[in-house]
Amino acid sequence: MFWLSVQQSGFHAWLEKIQDQFIRCFIEEDRYMLLVKGIGVTIKVSLVALALGLIIGFLIALCNLSGKKPVKAIGRVYTDVIRGTPSVTQLMIIYFVVFASIHWSKWLIAAIAFGINSGAYVSEIIRAGILSIDRGQTEAGRSLGLSASQTMTRIIMPQAVKNIFPALCNEFIVLIKETAIVGYVGLMDIQKAGDFIKSATFLPFMPLIATAIIYYILIKLLNFGLRKIEKALRKSDLRR
Amino acid sequence: MIEVRNLKKHFGQNEVLRGIDQHISKGEVVAVIGPSGSGKSTFLRCLNQLEETTEGEIYVDGELINTPKADINKIRQKMGMVFQQFNLFPHLSVKKNITLAPVLLKKMTPEEADKKAIELLERVGLAEKADDYPSSLSGGQKQRVAIARALAMDPEIMLFDEPTSALDPEMVGEVLKVIKQLAEEKMTMVIVTHEMGFAREVATRVLFIDQGVVMEENTPEELFGNPQNERTKLFLSKIL
Repeated sequence: MFWLSVQQSGFHAWLEKIQDQFIRCFIEEDRYMLLVKGIGVTIKVSLVALALGLIIGFLIALCNLSGKKPVKAIGRVYTDVIRGTPSVTQLMIIYFVVFASIHWSKWLIAAIAFGINSGAYVSEIIRAGILSIDRGQTEAGRSLGLSASQTMTRIIMPQAVKNIFPALCNEFIVLIKETAIVGYVGLMDIQKAGDFIKSATFLPFMPLIATAIIYYILIKLLNFGLRKIEKALRKSDLRR
Repeated sequence: MIEVRNLKKHFGQNEVLRGIDQHISKGEVVAVIGPSGSGKSTFLRCLNQLEETTEGEIYVDGELINTPKADINKIRQKMGMVFQQFNLFPHLSVKKNITLAPVLLKKMTPEEADKKAIELLERVGLAEKADDYPSSLSGGQKQRVAIARALAMDPEIMLFDEPTSALDPEMVGEVLKVIKQLAEEKMTMVIVTHEMGFAREVATRVLFIDQGVVMEENTPEELFGNPQNERTKLFLSKIL
């Protein structure tokens, strides 16, 4: 009986402590708003970086597949340099060096940096997707009199997309998590918001776990959406 | 119609074509035979520049085509090509396979192209397959669709690259029948083939290519019945 009451009072004390921590971390001074705004920043940076990465990736993939030596070299150097250096370094160089005297909003510059980074990886994904389509398809298109670009857009890409899409989803997820370093250039994303709350309250547990949970849910939601799209893409595919 | 002068093609150190001179006139059906690796397919692929030539000239209707100045897409519209591996576009229906090029290249309106596609499919005996996808067709059916696709551009010349080599034996006949029908309609054709009986029947002239040169050429009766060249005799004795 005695033992049970000690346990109960211990449990109560623990519950109260948790409640107290929760209030200090998220309710006091409306700190939860930091995280909410952080979600907005993360999504904004990720989406613009994704779009930019796709465009750059496609162009670089075309460079890499080109028959012309100097064009090929551009693609090779690009992927080589980007993949050979840490993204934090790239972000800081672009923010503090390249855009040092250009006063665009912080998130946009960060998005550009991530887009440039992602482009290198996307280009390899697209290149592999294009190469996965049999050469005979290109030859059939060209033999009918289609130009190289008509063959690419009407025959090769529609088939390659199905092969490219799953790898691209993966890259998008990596990209979102990668943006957790934007704190380095003073942006308040989800990660930075969690870190800020930690420093302000001296309570590491709650804000960091909350940060992890928010990222996890974001990516879960994204994954759900992407699976839906992939299913639609495979509709005409016998393998499904 | 096609004039080939001193055509040479090297793959690195490997001399695949070592000087071919040919004149193919309107209405001719030229069968090209020879052992594998002799260069006969390469010769055919040079004619519509799917292979770049190393040396020599190719004229189509008096126009030099193996030069960067030539509008190769325009020239290819005059030359239909049929491949060993069919190379149908798997993401498009049978009808779309046929109408893609004529519509995209503004040769026909979509309505005209649809009408033409149905006509051509009737001709090759596959009208009921118009809305099916290539994956549901047999090899012989695929190849007949491929022929219809090439014919949709109203080519002046048809090139066949071993059109029956990838087919099951029982499907060879249906494809040869379609080609024979074209021959009767006086279509100019160059056919690389292993079907000696067929070559004998439809060709107006037979070329025997070996070691990158035309070893012997003659009417089918003469070349098959009374070969002059030692290598021709050897080749024919092996396969007949």
